[in-house]
Amino acid sequence: MRFYEYESKALFERHRMPLNTRRTVSSASEAREAAAEIGCPVVVKSQVLSGGRMKAGAVKFAKTPDEAASYYDEILPIEVNGETARSILIETMSPIAQEYFVSVTWDGRRKAPVVLFSDMGGIDIEEVAEKHPEHVSKTHFSTIFPLTPRIAKEAIGKVGVSGRDLNRMTPIVFELMKIFLEYDLTLAEINPLARLEDGSFCVLDGHIDLEAEARGKHKKLLAELGIGEDETRQARPPTEFEIAGRKVNDVDHRGVAGNVVEFDGNLGLIIGAGGGSLTLFDAVRNHGGKPANYCEIGGNPSVSKACELTKLILSKPGVEKIAVMMNVVSNTRVDIVARGVVKGCIESGKDPAKVISIFRIPGAWEDEGFKILEKYGVEYCDRSVSMYDAAGRAVAKLGA
Amino acid sequence: MSILITSETKFIIQGITGREAVNLTRENLDYGSKIVGGVTPGRSGRDVYGVPVYDCVRDVVEKHGAVEGSIVSVPPGFTRDAVFEAIENGVKTIVVVTENIPRKEVAQMVELANLRGARIIGPNCLGIISPDEAKMGGMGGPAANTRQAYKKGNIGVMSRSGGMTTEIASTLTAAGLGQSTCVSIGGDAIVGTTYAELMPLFEADPETEAIVIYSEPGGRMEAELAEWVKENDSRLPIVAFMAGRFMDEMQGMRFGHAGTIVEGKEDTTAEKIARMEASGISVAERIEEIPALIQKRLAEKGK
Repeated sequence: MRFYEYESKALFERHRMPLNTRRTVSSASEAREAAAEIGCPVVVKSQVLSGGRMKAGAVKFAKTPDEAASYYDEILPIEVNGETARSILIETMSPIAQEYFVSVTWDGRRKAPVVLFSDMGGIDIEEVAEKHPEHVSKTHFSTIFPLTPRIAKEAIGKVGVSGRDLNRMTPIVFELMKIFLEYDLTLAEINPLARLEDGSFCVLDGHIDLEAEARGKHKKLLAELGIGEDETRQARPPTEFEIAGRKVNDVDHRGVAGNVVEFDGNLGLIIGAGGGSLTLFDAVRNHGGKPANYCEIGGNPSVSKACELTKLILSKPGVEKIAVMMNVVSNTRVDIVARGVVKGCIESGKDPAKVISIFRIPGAWEDEGFKILEKYGVEYCDRSVSMYDAAGRAVAKLGA
Repeated sequence: MSILITSETKFIIQGITGREAVNLTRENLDYGSKIVGGVTPGRSGRDVYGVPVYDCVRDVVEKHGAVEGSIVSVPPGFTRDAVFEAIENGVKTIVVVTENIPRKEVAQMVELANLRGARIIGPNCLGIISPDEAKMGGMGGPAANTRQAYKKGNIGVMSRSGGMTTEIASTLTAAGLGQSTCVSIGGDAIVGTTYAELMPLFEADPETEAIVIYSEPGGRMEAELAEWVKENDSRLPIVAFMAGRFMDEMQGMRFGHAGTIVEGKEDTTAEKIARMEASGISVAERIEEIPALIQKRLAEKGK
């Protein structure tokens, strides 16, 4: 989950990183006051999660407090990749001598954290790496030996930086590496890290991504930064339907019936598990079907969980039929899912035989499951019908 | 033959008294696996389906001699410690079933394993199965269901999805193609052992004649495999299935497993398919095409 710039900087500040004086504001008059207080010129920056703010015109430089106020009004409605500003950050504008780039992330192939450093900061690092590879260093480091500044020094030194600049940047890069590990981040980035005209260094912009799995471990930090527990910080905010989906999963602790993602089609999907759902969603679309949702069931969900999920999907406007499909299951009982789905249809006032277009879950307890489906006249198939063909049958029924 | 596990492999289950682990114990014993002991701190003296429970791995080793493998099925907050314990007691193959482990902890487990010459499979996986020999993990579920889906043979399977491993094995079995060993490598962004890291083992296994992989968006594992295949002039034809093609249009959204997200061009299925095909890996559009593709590739090699 991504932090806004102002949140990233709040975390950096706790670690004594050099930062400009700044204020987060939520009105034009606050922007004017902040600019006057900090002292002009100031930078006026839209707080969005996605990149490309500068290109979108959502970052401006103000020479007077009045200018800061008018830029506030100008920037606020600007959409950056479809996203509007959560707030506006007003910050001292510093005279820059040179920009650097430093980022700590995971290298999945090496299975280790890596520091990327460049003396060509401020621009797209992938472009720098392609055109000027000698200006980008890549240095892996250990997660079990004590972290010491030597890796930071090596990372900076590899691109040819020496002297006072090397010694001044080493503690900043080292601190970023420590933050990365301490808070279970997947990205800790400063771009640009600027050398100012007086020779001092300053963090001008920063990105932080915290690993979703580690949210529970860092509740205190998130609360202190004002990040709500319900904020997913995914590429787009969750819809009402998706929030309701999460509640279904919290019904009890037995199995999973979650990860509901809303789409705008007419075929409701009760699919699983992780890999099976991806495979089946592709299959439905390949047959020209229009899914109303994505979801994942697995780990042997209870009857009530399967039932509630069915009811939720059937309550979605535009859903004409549902398809219940999984790969050959290992630890999910076919009969329990069958019972839950049938119950969900009946409680929604629908005939399972009409509303379930196909039931394809082969595996443990399938005979018991198929008996239930037969009783209610639901069309089902075993593993001799492929996932792809089962999806095809579901789509075909909607066309008829 | 097979890789990683045979009917002779002695292994333990850490967290054996947990609900899921009790099921695993039974399913694995029924399938013919040699489970010498289990570990749950504070529960020594009990047994699970006849498997004696100990407080720590050291006690199992003292009582039963060297242990080759372990299934780690403990809550996420205790997983790193359990894995460290296994490694430091000489266990060489560790299957981590637990999901929702932060990347840092996975990296720490892998780093220690590398220092000690141990191998981690997972996390967030269903483990390993050498059909009709033994299994180490939840692959295929109850023994009877497992026997229905998996049959001994010459195809090695590696998969980022545990469930899809069984779907693929079942499809291969139905077409008369048995499997040498199937490995559910895990669905996280960092996994203990990647496709490319398992290839030398399959390459050295005389029984394995071809490989099937199940793959998803996100990560660099497919690129790594494609490079490995090119650099090592592999004797094994590979057929891949790529799920989650719809995700190429949905940057930044996570679906399926923790590691399944498109953040950059290299994460997309289009890019992965192109890389794999360029290295000579056949990519199936549907699961049911896999057996015919395997047979075609084997026929080309005169097998």
